[in-house]
Amino acid sequence: MARLEQLPGAIAKLLSSAPLPQFASTPFAIGPPLDGRRVAILSTAGLHRRDDPPFSMDPTDMRVIPGDVAAVDLLMSHGSAHFDRSGFQQDWNLVFPIDRLRELAAAGVIGSLADFHYSLVGGVDPAALEGPAALIASRLAADAVDAVLLVPV
Amino acid sequence: MGVLGHWLEAAGIPTVGISLIREHSERIRPPRALWVPFDLGRPLGAPRDAAFQTRVLRAALRLLEAPSGPVLEDFPDDAPDAGDELEGWACPIPRAAAAAPSTAADLERGFRDEFARLRPVYDDRVAQGGRTTVGISGLSLDEIGDFLPRFLDDALPPSPRDGLGLPLALKRAAEDLRAVYGEAAVAGPEARPPTAEELSQWFWGETRAADLLRAIRDRLSANADPELALVAGRMLISARR
Repeated sequence: MARLEQLPGAIAKLLSSAPLPQFASTPFAIGPPLDGRRVAILSTAGLHRRDDPPFSMDPTDMRVIPGDVAAVDLLMSHGSAHFDRSGFQQDWNLVFPIDRLRELAAAGVIGSLADFHYSLVGGVDPAALEGPAALIASRLAADAVDAVLLVPV
Repeated sequence: MGVLGHWLEAAGIPTVGISLIREHSERIRPPRALWVPFDLGRPLGAPRDAAFQTRVLRAALRLLEAPSGPVLEDFPDDAPDAGDELEGWACPIPRAAAAAPSTAADLERGFRDEFARLRPVYDDRVAQGGRTTVGISGLSLDEIGDFLPRFLDDALPPSPRDGLGLPLALKRAAEDLRAVYGEAAVAGPEARPPTAEELSQWFWGETRAADLLRAIRDRLSANADPELALVAGRMLISARR
């Protein structure tokens, strides 16, 4: 599916015109073996708890998702109408794979799960996300997270 | 997504990203990414397929142990429901009459009739499954069903909630409406759930709800309120359709 040439024309056009920064170098942080890592999810699907305000039109909007969140309490309020939501409606793990990560932690594949996870809305000007990324980084460090799974939508 | 990986790693936190658009990852060169050949909206590949989701996750998490980067790997397999050999899926909701409504009154009547027939299916599913993704508008289903057709009137309706602007109220009510339809459509006794494409074809091609959203887009995409015009013109209808 998602190589631009395989997407419906209108979607490919939207995505190929997205503003993308190019960085001169790639930072590369390292950590312990996987079975010692503490893992958090960062989703750009516009996820939040049912009791939290939905995402607004502000691209710097960010939500914290407690690690003990239940499937019935997680909603999606991403602004785009262009991606499939039916999968998430059937199974939250398709977008927010926390049950799978819990299983991998129980099996000893990863060390543990973070106390908190995070969501933003993707598809916005990437420059707008630098501030929220700094805020999330400081919270991740306080939670001793040393592995972040970035999940787009 | 890739830019978030860049900034988090610059702050010293290792990341691995799932990539849905390979060209974006090739350009941004995030530290570690696993490109997956799945539909937009389905980053783990397949709903209700824990084994497949776990394979995707293991492939991504393994990249955390790469000694240097950037790393961009391809996940080798398509999603299990992506093949062409699947039997046809039929929506359990009775189809609307074939002819598209020609007047706003016809459209409203057709939508209200369809919504009334669909709601018991949705309600049963919620009662059995205990989970719904409907709720971002804060409106009841009755309110959603009454609010959206008012955009067919000559004058704009008031926002249904104090403190919530009309553009966001429209957007969220429309998303909740789509979620009601999507969740009702997977409630049937079929042997398999519909694919994303099948559901998209059904909703956008066969329902009066989609006709209603298109009519709202056509009425408001050049509205004097730029935010309302943006929501109506670019945020209600999937560009797939």
